[in-house]
Amino acid sequence: MRASDKKRYAAGYLILAVLAVILVMITVNLGSVQIAPGDVLRILSGGGNTDPQLQTEAEILLNIRLPRVLAALILGGALAVSGVLLQTFFSNPIAGPFVLGISSGARLVVALVLIACLSKGVILHSAGMALAAFAGSMLAMGFVLAISGRVKNMSVLIVCGVMVGYLCSAVTDFLVTFADDTNIVSLHDWSLGSFSGISWENVRVMTLITAAAMFLTLLQVKPIGAYQLGETYAANMGVNIRSFRIRLVLLSSVLSACVTAFAGPIAFLGVAVPHLVRNLFRTSKPAVIIPASFLGGGTFCLFCDLIARTAFAPAEISISSVTSVFGAPIVIWIMMKRRKEN
Amino acid sequence: MRNSLHAEQEKEVLRAEDLRVGYGRRPVLENLDFSAAGGRIITIIGPNGAGKSTLLKTLIRQLEPLGGTVFLKEQNLFEMPEQEVAKAMSIVMTERVHPALLTCEDIVSFGRYPYTGRMGVLSGQDREKIAEAMRLVEIEDLAERYFTEVSDGQKQRVMLARAICQEPAVMILDEPLSYLDIRYKLEMLGILKKLAMEQGITVLMTLHELDLAQKISDRVICVKDGGIVFEGTPDEVFVRERMEWLYDLKEEDCGSYLPAFGSLELSRRAGTPAVFVIGGAGSGIPVYRQLWRDGICFAAGVISRGDLDYPVAEALAQTVVVSEPFEPVPESAVKEALQILQNCRTVICTLDPGCGFGSLNARNRRLIEQAEAWNIPVEYR
Repeated sequence: MRASDKKRYAAGYLILAVLAVILVMITVNLGSVQIAPGDVLRILSGGGNTDPQLQTEAEILLNIRLPRVLAALILGGALAVSGVLLQTFFSNPIAGPFVLGISSGARLVVALVLIACLSKGVILHSAGMALAAFAGSMLAMGFVLAISGRVKNMSVLIVCGVMVGYLCSAVTDFLVTFADDTNIVSLHDWSLGSFSGISWENVRVMTLITAAAMFLTLLQVKPIGAYQLGETYAANMGVNIRSFRIRLVLLSSVLSACVTAFAGPIAFLGVAVPHLVRNLFRTSKPAVIIPASFLGGGTFCLFCDLIARTAFAPAEISISSVTSVFGAPIVIWIMMKRRKEN
Repeated sequence: MRNSLHAEQEKEVLRAEDLRVGYGRRPVLENLDFSAAGGRIITIIGPNGAGKSTLLKTLIRQLEPLGGTVFLKEQNLFEMPEQEVAKAMSIVMTERVHPALLTCEDIVSFGRYPYTGRMGVLSGQDREKIAEAMRLVEIEDLAERYFTEVSDGQKQRVMLARAICQEPAVMILDEPLSYLDIRYKLEMLGILKKLAMEQGITVLMTLHELDLAQKISDRVICVKDGGIVFEGTPDEVFVRERMEWLYDLKEEDCGSYLPAFGSLELSRRAGTPAVFVIGGAGSGIPVYRQLWRDGICFAAGVISRGDLDYPVAEALAQTVVVSEPFEPVPESAVKEALQILQNCRTVICTLDPGCGFGSLNARNRRLIEQAEAWNIPVEYR
């Protein structure tokens, strides 16, 4: 690594970290109840025994805003990394969990399980949600892989993925609409994609899953790099292609499933963030891009969530609506750029 | 150094035994037996679709063999762990890769993959090897350029440097000269020869450029009709009949192969000669070509079989009247030439009437005199 590269990478990480910190500060302040920065610090440093005057603020900060901020950071990061893995797998920069219908598959299975549980009066544990989402991800992924085995054309594969996404969404919407009306509000919110109502328990489970998956992903940076030269070269460098591909599929599915389980589908983030990060760092070395995508994904997600809940306050819009506004143009940009290059 | 290198070169590094390659159950090539010693350049030639690429894909373990074995440094290639193969064999393939936002140096450093640890962090020694490989193929100045932004010829060098970094005993290249201009082609072969000579790397490659294959190869393997049809030194392989058979060259359909230059000639114009060309020492070649382009059937003579003009005249002229090398033009040849000349519209002489004729072809002067006597126009070029 050259000194100039090192500097650029350090600068890139610094920019992302500063953005993240600023956004966290803004996010905890803003909302239906404004909490002044000073009060935030006082509440956080006070531990359990807060000033009685700040009781409501403390409640909001500790039980609503803080878990929400953490969830946005963690899940946004997980989703971006899932995108990087899928882009590696398909050697295509516009592959991502949402585009390929994997998020929608996860959402369908989670909705099914949730409705089944609600009708029986059982409350589903966070881990159960994640498991259901993983099953759904794998199902959709299996379908996409079956198609990719038959058609070598990437555009066809992406269109198929989008179609699978629509199909799953249609079924989910149908289920949600006709579900029992208890808890329907939260189910509806979740199925559109939202960070509202995230609990500390949710955060604990998602942290555990994401940390484990990220650790395993970071162990894969070497073969991921080699795989950028295509399967033939990677195999010649000593990558066991079959097991590597399985690892990629599993890790990307776990990461995107975790996101869908807790926040529902989030559009385009998995494509847009890795692309922006690669351009910011001017490299696609996985050892640099994967951690940076995690950080960038978290920051981007936090930013979008901030808009989602404040733009039309007190009404909240779905997180996907916001990520689409920023993400979809980026996807179009990537496709146009690729067209020019080929 | 020299001795140890020689000892290394005696050793067989790659040996195929009764290898059968193909897709699914259908074999493309069968009964393949060949071996490659250290530091040798082995070229596989043969017509399109003969199975050259299938063979290479099997050797790099992209395809499962349908039968037989290959030994790489005395080990069964198909049972070796990936890492071991990676340290013994590296590849340069035709498939184009376009990894976005990776510099040429990044690509070259991938060659160190089998030697780096779990996270792929490069050691000081790895960096030296990378720098050395880039120096060897003369791409030091491309280090920081993005791979997608350099020319095809430079890309090919980057991929070659990557393959060198892997420190292989065998390097396998599929059509390494495609897309390259002539200068890059020559430089590429120069580098391969250097690798073979100086580092004892065995080079196994497929080539379509027969002229270059003839010059660079130590051994040549010809594949056709489901197997190896011939294997030998370039001198043994690049014989006109063999090449024309290997590639199904039918002179009347398309043209011919000239082993002396390794060059190809288009097929001659059919008909009766309308022009008689008197040339020699290379001066006739441009005239033959011009006449061919104009679609004119011509005869040439009298030319020594040892003359530079001869192979081209032989390929393009309807008739060539010849004399034996180092012998003066015999009277019989002059008579034969006059027979043809008398029916021609024009005579073209590419030799200076004053000093162009030497002692061996002095009798060709008679052809000009006779043409003038018959009122056939003689054109000097």
